[in-house]
Amino acid sequence: MISPAFDAIVPMLSVTLAALACMAWEAFRDPGERGPVGGLGIVGLIGAAVSAAVLWNGNTASFGVISGDNFGLFVTLVLVAVGILTIMFSSQVIHRDGIPAGEYYTLILFALVGMIMMATANDLLVIFIALEVLSLAVYVLTGIRREDPRATEAAFKYFLLGAFSSAFFLYGIAFTFGLAGSTHLDRIGSYLAAQSLSDNPLILVALGLLLVGFAFKISAVPFHMWTPDAYEGAPAIVTGFMSTGVKAAAFAAFARVFLSSFEPFSADWAPIVWVIAAATMILGTVVGVAQTNLKRMLAYSSIAHGGYLLVGLVAANEVGKAAILFYLAAYAITNLAAFGVIALLGARDRDNDELRDYAGLWYSHPGLSALMTVCLLSLGGLPPTAGFIGKWYIFSAAVSANYYGLAIIGVLTSVISVFFYLRVVVMMYMQEPGTEPPRIQVNAVSMTALTVAIAAIFYLGILPTQVLNLASQSIATIF
Amino acid sequence: MAGAVLVLLIGNADGRRTSFIRWLTLVISVAAFVVTLAIWAAFDPGSPEFQLVERHAWIPAFGIDYYIGVDGISLLLIVLTGFLTPVAVLSSWIGIERKVKEFCAFLLLLEAAMIGVFLSIDLFLFYVFWDAMLVPMYFLIGIWGYDQRIYAAIKFMLYTMAGSVLMLIAILGLAYLHNAATGTYSFDLLKLYTLDIAPRTQFWFFLAFAVAFAIKVPLFPFHTWLPDAHVQAPTAGSVILAGVLLKMGTYGLVRFAFPLFPLAAHYFAPWIAVLAVVGIIYGALVAMVQPDMKKLVAYSSVSHLGFVVLGICAMNVNGVQGAMYQMLAHGVSTGGLFLIVGMLSDRRHTRLISEFGGLKAVVPRLTAAFMIITLASIGLPGLNGFVGEFLIMLGAFRWDPRYVVGAGLGVILSAVYMLWMFQRVYYGKVTHAENSRLPDLLPHEWSSVVPLCVVALLMGVFPTVFLRPTEPAVTRIVDRLQNTQTLRVERFARPERPERLERIVERSDRSERPERSERR
Repeated sequence: MISPAFDAIVPMLSVTLAALACMAWEAFRDPGERGPVGGLGIVGLIGAAVSAAVLWNGNTASFGVISGDNFGLFVTLVLVAVGILTIMFSSQVIHRDGIPAGEYYTLILFALVGMIMMATANDLLVIFIALEVLSLAVYVLTGIRREDPRATEAAFKYFLLGAFSSAFFLYGIAFTFGLAGSTHLDRIGSYLAAQSLSDNPLILVALGLLLVGFAFKISAVPFHMWTPDAYEGAPAIVTGFMSTGVKAAAFAAFARVFLSSFEPFSADWAPIVWVIAAATMILGTVVGVAQTNLKRMLAYSSIAHGGYLLVGLVAANEVGKAAILFYLAAYAITNLAAFGVIALLGARDRDNDELRDYAGLWYSHPGLSALMTVCLLSLGGLPPTAGFIGKWYIFSAAVSANYYGLAIIGVLTSVISVFFYLRVVVMMYMQEPGTEPPRIQVNAVSMTALTVAIAAIFYLGILPTQVLNLASQSIATIF
Repeated sequence: MAGAVLVLLIGNADGRRTSFIRWLTLVISVAAFVVTLAIWAAFDPGSPEFQLVERHAWIPAFGIDYYIGVDGISLLLIVLTGFLTPVAVLSSWIGIERKVKEFCAFLLLLEAAMIGVFLSIDLFLFYVFWDAMLVPMYFLIGIWGYDQRIYAAIKFMLYTMAGSVLMLIAILGLAYLHNAATGTYSFDLLKLYTLDIAPRTQFWFFLAFAVAFAIKVPLFPFHTWLPDAHVQAPTAGSVILAGVLLKMGTYGLVRFAFPLFPLAAHYFAPWIAVLAVVGIIYGALVAMVQPDMKKLVAYSSVSHLGFVVLGICAMNVNGVQGAMYQMLAHGVSTGGLFLIVGMLSDRRHTRLISEFGGLKAVVPRLTAAFMIITLASIGLPGLNGFVGEFLIMLGAFRWDPRYVVGAGLGVILSAVYMLWMFQRVYYGKVTHAENSRLPDLLPHEWSSVVPLCVVALLMGVFPTVFLRPTEPAVTRIVDRLQNTQTLRVERFARPERPERLERIVERSDRSERPERSERR
């Protein structure tokens, strides 16, 4: 590299260049030409992955605001995986839906840049910028099917509420800056370590505002209202991308801010997050039971999964921090694969995402329904899948931090969640197909992506040691 | 060794043609049975330790190992699993026509998971198999079951999971306690046995384990999933469910809940025993009035498993050995009952007792087989049911004769409902014309019924063969449980808890039966 100061931003640069290349191709292509734009994105993402692997254990920092520590790099790798899988699924979906390829891939890549920045930033302002970069891209992606009124409504709703939450977040930053005189996380941390809440009640205000901002992005109860609508209205693959990528990035920043800078006040925020986590798990699963639209159901399920991640944050011990990372990886791959299947099953004129559309899927598409079953079992946390190890890891963190109550709520809600995941399985396997379902040809790229994702689910479920070790290495350096 | 079998089972389950798949599955399951017999042959019956142990580090950071082995308690249950799976395959030879390949794959997966449950010494591994087992069973009931199958499958899954997740918390808590005591996480059962657990913690953890296992057994009042699951499952599913899955609950009690938390076990044993006796009588009474043969057999399971739990609660060698024996015997005889009921329902597509009658003249061989199995289930001396029930009653009598009164009533009632059903189905006149043309045993049915009858007879005549391997391991667990009273006094004799010691000593003076200190 030119200068060591650039090291930590190489992954981001690589993705940005790919995004710019996509944009340029879109501008200069002949009308009607279909190029391998997605391929460009994948090249950029692989570049990001390689550079992240090289930077591993390097603890680099750029400009004092981006840190290439293992924590950020781990999340970066997860995000790259999310990005690559999304692009591979999209290769079939966007042509079918008539979505302009150049714009679509450019937006996906820019969103990824924002996500990676968010995961690696160690300055509140940079986190905010990253948040905006990713949010704007995702707002547009939500409404990219312009002729569909539901998508437009979803995008508008998402945009309004998102802007609202950004304002909260920014206000929180302002308060923090007013208190600590800096937006840099380390300096805030060292300032706060010397303070006590009774002397300085404004800290609580700053903390609360930041918490609200993050809670919006990870769709924790009671800030989850936008999630089901946005997830239902967006194209399935974009929903998959949002529910995994945005959540992973926001969680990384959330954990970084609250477990480093605001660590001294963990006794004050832990009870609040405890309540939010419990409410999120309960509401996500209980309301999920009542859903008849698969995308909406998975939206509620992803709210519940956010609750499980919060459990790791409350536990806040070594196990808990590593558990968050592992769970993020497991959840991201599983959920994305599930949405991938939904996206592949859609048709141009209708989404086929109602529960009854899945009746008898096994008879017409045994392969796809088997893959979907694996994803659902993993989301439900049954062995031998990634979801099981993730849940086990999260709950062992809670138990070892003596949060038995939270752990019990967690396992009971995951039993409830198994009920609605199984409803899909019941539909696919145990109901006769209603109308003649359309034969769907899945192209090779999407099939590869699905196979890889399923292999990863089993790999994380059966041989998790490698990734668990990476996760615990990641937290060793910063917290 | 057995691990290799598992992989083989999973990997080998697909093929092209239906009949080829059936044969392949049969061959695999018979091969697995032979392997389990080989394990038995290699097993040294004189030792209480785990044998043929295989251990690989799996998730070292948490002290999780792939750690399997057999001891006297698990050995015969593994053999039973190996024995019943080919029977189950044969039972679905004709009844299952749709999606045969998937059916066979699920059946073999189920066998692999069940053997895994019995083999695991690592608690985490145990839990993985325990949960993994639900999935194939769910599909077996849900896809190939009868009319109400989806309801039954979901009910089965949710009931069992709800119990087992609480057990997961307790398992995690145990590992955490081990970490607090020694500085490393461990899920190794043998290490966890040595943990010194505070009575209050024992109380809650025992409860978590016991509820999980009680649902599986199923102990009254957790039994409501069982009749649904049994009735709706295809014959093979019922055979496996009754024969092996229910044993997991009682196995878990013997292996995990009681020895891990001996103090709590003493505290809860009388309560569980009361539930067991209630289950024995309730199951028998409900069985008596069932119009549906499968439901009748299902409720008889509730009753029989009550005996097993009673034997375990007695916590002496007779009782626990009797429980082990009864587990095997119930596996064979109830498996056999479901098998033959399945044959009848394949022929007539109904399981209502009133639809049959006078079958003895039409299908004499099937009748004879059913007779043997029925008598075995009732506990006629010379057949397998007798030995177990006798030992359990003996053990329970030494503990507290009051329980035996209820249990004895259960034995009488079981004769009543089984023989009454037998009479209604096989004697009398042929009341339905279509019954007069039913075919007798077919070749594949012969091959599944005969071994069952032979085993039932063998177990009745030579019980020692089956009792001997279990003895050392059972003795060890019983010793451990019986020693807790002395242990307990020693534990509280430590200086930091003087006031407790006084209370406990005072209390132990008052009554001989250990009272729990958690009872504030």
